[in-house]
Amino acid sequence: MEQFDIIVIGGGHAGCEAAAIAARTGATTALVDFNPETVGSMSCNPAIGGLGKGQLVREVDAMGGLIARAADAAAIHYRMLNRRHGPAVWGPRVQADRVRFRAAIQAALRATPGLSLIGGEVVALRLAAGKVAGVELADGRALAAPAVVLASGTFLGARLFRGEEVWAGGRSGAAAATRLAAQLRELALPCARLKTGTPPRLDGRTIDWATLPVQPSEDGDWTMSHGGRRVLPQLACAITHTSSATHEVIAAAADRSPLYSGAIAGRGPRYCPSIEDKVRRFADRDGHQIFLEPESLDTSEVYPNGISTSLPRDVQEAMVRSIRGLERARITQWGYAVEYDHIDPRALSPSLALRALPGLFLAGQINGTTGYEEAAAQGVVAGLGAARHACGAAAAQFDRTNSYIGVMIDDLTTDGVTEPYRMLTGRAEYRLRLRADNALTRLGPVALAASCLDPAGAVRIERHLAERSHTADGLAGQIDSARLRAIGVPAAGPLRSVGEWARSVPIDRSSLVALDPALAGVSGAVIDECLVDARYAPYVEREDGKVAQLRGDLALPLRVDLDYARVPGLSREMIERLDAVRPDSVAAAARVRGITPSAVSALLAANRMREREDAGAPCST
Amino acid sequence: MTDGGDTIFALSSGALPAAIAVVRISGPAAGVTLAALAGRRPEPRRARYVALRDPDDGALIDRALVLWFPGPATATGEDLAEIHCHGSRAVVAALIGWLAQRPGLRMARGGEFTRRACLNGRMTLAEAEALGDLLAAETERERKAALGAAEGALSGHIRNWQDRLGEAAAAIEAVLDFAEEDQVGDSVSVAARDAIAAVRDELAAVLSQPAAERLRDGIRVVLCGPPNSGKSSLFNALTMTEGAIVSPRPGTTRDVIEMPLAIDGLPFLLVDTAGIHETEDDVEVIGIARARGAAEAADLRLWLGGDVSAGGCDLLVDAMCDRPLPRPLAGKACVATSAMTGEGIAELRAMLVERAAALIPHEDRLAVNARQRDALSAALDRLARPDPDLVCLVEAAVAASVALGAIDGDVRDDVLDRIFARFCIGK
Repeated sequence: MEQFDIIVIGGGHAGCEAAAIAARTGATTALVDFNPETVGSMSCNPAIGGLGKGQLVREVDAMGGLIARAADAAAIHYRMLNRRHGPAVWGPRVQADRVRFRAAIQAALRATPGLSLIGGEVVALRLAAGKVAGVELADGRALAAPAVVLASGTFLGARLFRGEEVWAGGRSGAAAATRLAAQLRELALPCARLKTGTPPRLDGRTIDWATLPVQPSEDGDWTMSHGGRRVLPQLACAITHTSSATHEVIAAAADRSPLYSGAIAGRGPRYCPSIEDKVRRFADRDGHQIFLEPESLDTSEVYPNGISTSLPRDVQEAMVRSIRGLERARITQWGYAVEYDHIDPRALSPSLALRALPGLFLAGQINGTTGYEEAAAQGVVAGLGAARHACGAAAAQFDRTNSYIGVMIDDLTTDGVTEPYRMLTGRAEYRLRLRADNALTRLGPVALAASCLDPAGAVRIERHLAERSHTADGLAGQIDSARLRAIGVPAAGPLRSVGEWARSVPIDRSSLVALDPALAGVSGAVIDECLVDARYAPYVEREDGKVAQLRGDLALPLRVDLDYARVPGLSREMIERLDAVRPDSVAAAARVRGITPSAVSALLAANRMREREDAGAPCST
Repeated sequence: MTDGGDTIFALSSGALPAAIAVVRISGPAAGVTLAALAGRRPEPRRARYVALRDPDDGALIDRALVLWFPGPATATGEDLAEIHCHGSRAVVAALIGWLAQRPGLRMARGGEFTRRACLNGRMTLAEAEALGDLLAAETERERKAALGAAEGALSGHIRNWQDRLGEAAAAIEAVLDFAEEDQVGDSVSVAARDAIAAVRDELAAVLSQPAAERLRDGIRVVLCGPPNSGKSSLFNALTMTEGAIVSPRPGTTRDVIEMPLAIDGLPFLLVDTAGIHETEDDVEVIGIARARGAAEAADLRLWLGGDVSAGGCDLLVDAMCDRPLPRPLAGKACVATSAMTGEGIAELRAMLVERAAALIPHEDRLAVNARQRDALSAALDRLARPDPDLVCLVEAAVAASVALGAIDGDVRDDVLDRIFARFCIGK
């Protein structure tokens, strides 16, 4: 039997990152997928990054991950979302060529020492003494490892819907992984059902592009990965809208939608609703926007982003034809909805270890999330957690104050999910510091401490941190307004630091270099990052206060064995939520949904009472 | 939820002796305790006249009216019993003494009934605070202001402000996180900016109101002036007491004397002080320093005498208009009063009421105390200089809402729910 330190099941975004980072820590790792040819596929829309998601991609990149570099290798359209708002919420995003993205991921995996890519269908976990010991494959082979990362997407009880058509399965077909699913079900983990969907794909050659407004790729030199390069020719996206005719087609077919016939019970994402949902919920709107996104330089497939649907084929056809520019469009793949079980992520530790089965880690859609970026970020966390479990690798500290990764893990493990979880900047309370542009600064030290970088990755971070401290010194220098006027910056007022000037007068890369020629060798991205820091400094100082409080008062520990039902002042709903989470600190309790400050003080009081009882002090009557 | 907590009791009515005393018992053992005393537990929410006996020896404690309120729909949110017994010190001492012997029962700490009501979600912190003010209210105006707050006037405003800030924050979050969606446009963020500015202006208006403490502590009216100018006589005449020692000798009053008094339903705190003059007497020097201190802390300074010193004056009073001329203030614009004849006292009281009106919150306006004022100021501070960067603006709105939440101890809100209720999001 082949022996590994870590086995990763599933070669999606979560599985690839988990396997790669585990191997980079030195663990011998097997990535098992039904079909090695499809490892690294983008199963839904051909875009990487976005609001909140772009930050995740940069964070995974800082940890030495694959997704950002693969995205740059495949990028055919760059766009910085939210450019007109503050840099804290800028979201880098690319359209990625599917074929090239997959190829880049597979090449990176093959180039990772200690990582084996194994084709096979995992049918069961091997257990020993109540712990994970490896996996069994359908062909009878067995692989041994003390840690297994399960990143197999929507395989648990997946059912697919298109109108009256219903079929079972995930990517690997109906029979896939049923024993594995049964093993998970035996653990009696809390599960819930979710739903997601995908739009029909179109043949780009049959779209009337000339009638539609286009959105060109954004010029510039920024990339998804730190220090990456733009390598491919850039394509434009086009924008069109549904019409009232579209809405009539959809409304007329409402009774044929599995969403409304009761066939689909799972909860779908509110931020990514199906077109039939949008038409129903916002009946007053006479049009919904659709982005036509090219899928590859080599194929003519187009992804119409905005019309995810589970309506029958004939309705999809009629719907597409009612949209401007798509009157003659040929559908190459029909849209459908997927309903699947996910494990309540509150059953997981912050390293994504399943508490009920030592050695098993879960990452990606199985935890109730949606999105490539969310999956990749969980892969990093689970991969590091598994490496720590199997080989005693160093721990990586992700928390709400240093990363969107930390925000997501904390949200998942304390709040659980009620709809597919997608990252949004609004989920981060410290987003002025959690920016896409400073991910290397925030997580570089975490990555170095976790020893999860290849040599080039470590050098990149060390150089970045050195350049940053150099630039910060430059920004701290005190100058007067005459000095600024001399380099053409209109300024008036008393002596202050360059950073403080940057809050009120236009200081950019070139003016900073003019003030301090020693900065000429520093990368432009580092200078921009430091200027944004200066801009937000007063706000970040306030945040620092909150962070200090979070780490002070709120860090007070709570016993996880409190009987919440006996704490006076808690409602039944609060008790249920606390029971599901079992918060171990005041901070964690305060973040549980519906837990009010007075409930937190009641918890603290009950905690004190328990501590006293356990200390054996006699009760005073 | 009451399990696990201990049961508390206290005399809930006023000072003894009185016609009736009310003893309250709250907590899981309230029911069995009442049953033990009264023989059986009465029907819920029905008053019953019973004999209260010590169950150990059958000795009669008192005959009393008892009430039984099963939780959680009670004032404290717990099981609650009330005993309306005779208000003699002996009866109440016997009853309280018996209760204190029962295992699992203990005397309530100050405010503990209210604290339990808060913890059990029966009232908000601001309502509890207002209830405290209501119980301590001694004047009609105080009672009305306290009643307004107890009924949730302030809590209602806070909810309203938080709601509007929350809506604005959600709208901005929608702009920030769903910028690519066609319907979350610029008009959304403009409207949110306006909404935040409106809340800011309302907060500023409330903060420009006089503080509510004056309602509770009284408007400080300080009598000061040279020795022997009739301060103590006027003090006694206004308070209708002999609170201050009066003698013809200068320097009789050596310390500061305070007495609360209500005029036309308004609370005042009248303060008599030592006469201010140059002296070598050590004790008098201390008294004069205190007099100056009292004058500085005054809301209204009445100066009795000729040359005004000690930090100016609000009303000049000739307190001895019954005396023959020459008097220092004769012929000057002043209020002429006489403690001897009662002349001018009614006029002075009327003038005090008139001046006081500007110093206390308007009857129809929201009154806030110092703690609430701090929270409102903190909220206003976060909204005072709106940042053009929406990211910073939304931080400020959320921080302001959190600051307001300190008043009621509650701020949680699901921004996402708000967003999805309003916008069609998603591609």
